[in-house]
Amino acid sequence: MRIGIVCPYSWDVPGGVQFHIRDLAEHLIKLGHEVSVLAPADDETPLPPYVVSAGRAVPVPYNGSVARLNFGFLSAARVRRWLHDGGFDVIHIHEPTSPSLGLLACWAAQGPIVATFHTSNPRSRAMIAAYPILQPALEKIRARIAVSEYARRTLVEHLGGDAVVIPNGVDVDFFATAEAEPKWQSEGARSTALDGVPRPGGTIGFIGRIDEPRKGLPALMRALPKIIAERPDTRLLVAGKGDEKEAVEALPEHLRGQVEFLGMVSDRDKARLLRSVDLYVAPNTGGESFGIILVEAMSAGAPVLASDLDAFRQVLDGGAAGELFPVEDADALAAAAVRLLGDPERLAELRELGSRHVRRFDWSTVGADILSVYETVTEGATAVATDERVGLRARLGLARD
Amino acid sequence: MTTFIWVAVAVVAIGLYLSWTAGRLDRLHARIDAARAALDAQLLRRASVAQELATSGVLDPAASIVLYQSAHAARQAEDEHREVAESELSQALRAVFAEPDAVEAVLAAPGGEETVGELTQAVRRVPMARRFHNDAVRAARAVRRHRVVRWFRLAGHAPFPLAFEMDDEPPMAFTADGAAGH
Repeated sequence: MRIGIVCPYSWDVPGGVQFHIRDLAEHLIKLGHEVSVLAPADDETPLPPYVVSAGRAVPVPYNGSVARLNFGFLSAARVRRWLHDGGFDVIHIHEPTSPSLGLLACWAAQGPIVATFHTSNPRSRAMIAAYPILQPALEKIRARIAVSEYARRTLVEHLGGDAVVIPNGVDVDFFATAEAEPKWQSEGARSTALDGVPRPGGTIGFIGRIDEPRKGLPALMRALPKIIAERPDTRLLVAGKGDEKEAVEALPEHLRGQVEFLGMVSDRDKARLLRSVDLYVAPNTGGESFGIILVEAMSAGAPVLASDLDAFRQVLDGGAAGELFPVEDADALAAAAVRLLGDPERLAELRELGSRHVRRFDWSTVGADILSVYETVTEGATAVATDERVGLRARLGLARD
Repeated sequence: MTTFIWVAVAVVAIGLYLSWTAGRLDRLHARIDAARAALDAQLLRRASVAQELATSGVLDPAASIVLYQSAHAARQAEDEHREVAESELSQALRAVFAEPDAVEAVLAAPGGEETVGELTQAVRRVPMARRFHNDAVRAARAVRRHRVVRWFRLAGHAPFPLAFEMDDEPPMAFTADGAAGH
């Protein structure tokens, strides 16, 4: 099958949607499909062979933050050329409502179009105003995919219609087979004998942007003194970009040594970190539509303690595959962490439950579902073509074929 | 004279808008047709695999008869009874595969793995195809309810699109969550 994938966000900037598209493309290529990804990228950025650059994204203020978007005649022309040259059986647009390549591709194409909605943002003012413009473009989408039941609900509320739920994929084995790093492990985990003797320490992992309050590091920092009071040797390992000094400001000076900042980590180190920690904590405060990091943590066999967000609850199988605590409740977080770290049997049980549940998110399952969607929409349909604007003469019935 | 020009401009603009809307509606109708064809194909595939399974002798006689009966009814159903017949096939499949032993039994039979694969694919694609179809129906209805479309009869003689409502819940053992278990 010839598959075209449209990525709305800049390929140079790492992000959830970009990683998802990269993994999907590579998975499909491995299965023998021809895949081309159209993405905004700087000219200097080295791109994998399957990515076609749609030009540099322009930073513009949009929806309360600065977004890097592609628009204008030049981008539109590039989209049309890509569609024309590709001769795709199906195109898969990500985030079709963002005013970037996704929307341009929706405008320019006709035929089997699949779209994935990643965010579950409430409808913005701009989108309400643009609705009459947006609607005819969105109508062309033959199949909609939402990444979670929660994302599907918001999508149905704001745009009507329906969508199938296909979660984001993870290469489970990559995480499951990563080697643990002894210096990130607690003493209890390092000694192989699981004798069940409670130990005073434990390592807690956190991955995410430090300076992004939505990721919830402040709540974890508030909980940390209470955890250390009960279990004095506890260490917190933080991986992610941001100002490290600012992050520990709220912490009493003598405890700061127990927080280790690892900075940005590679995929491999992320997997090793998740393999090493005794407990992974996701204290996010909202704005999550999926929670890929929880799936990665479970793949690596890390017990998960997460905020009780709709999206997280669903990823954790309704709370069966990991533990939940009320959002932003540092006391509850501390109590749960202390209880779990002191209960090796429960931790082992969570590892087991998580590893079993996470198979559902493996690319082998998720990729097959996405291919099913492609095959459902391409059945009996013609290939994707550029949507030729009907000229004035044709509209008035004057053109001759 | 200026009034005349303005009227002419307005008439042309309205004409273009109407023509554009008619084109949009036409595309939506084509989308419904394609989605409906895909849904039909998936339903037929599902009924065929179910019927094959029922006549294979792998399942116990009672289950075989139940499955055969509903698969046959689903394939033969007239348009008005189609939704009910297909829902009954979904229920029959769920009943037959409620216990995990049934899946194991089919897997153990020669060619069983293939059959389970086909059935898994069919029962999971039916809900997909149905959602895509009903989504297309909703989009077309939204445009057809528009005043301009009704006044100028832009929909022509195309029948008012109807959603396909049925119970398409697959047996637990064949869902992505259930399949991860074994």
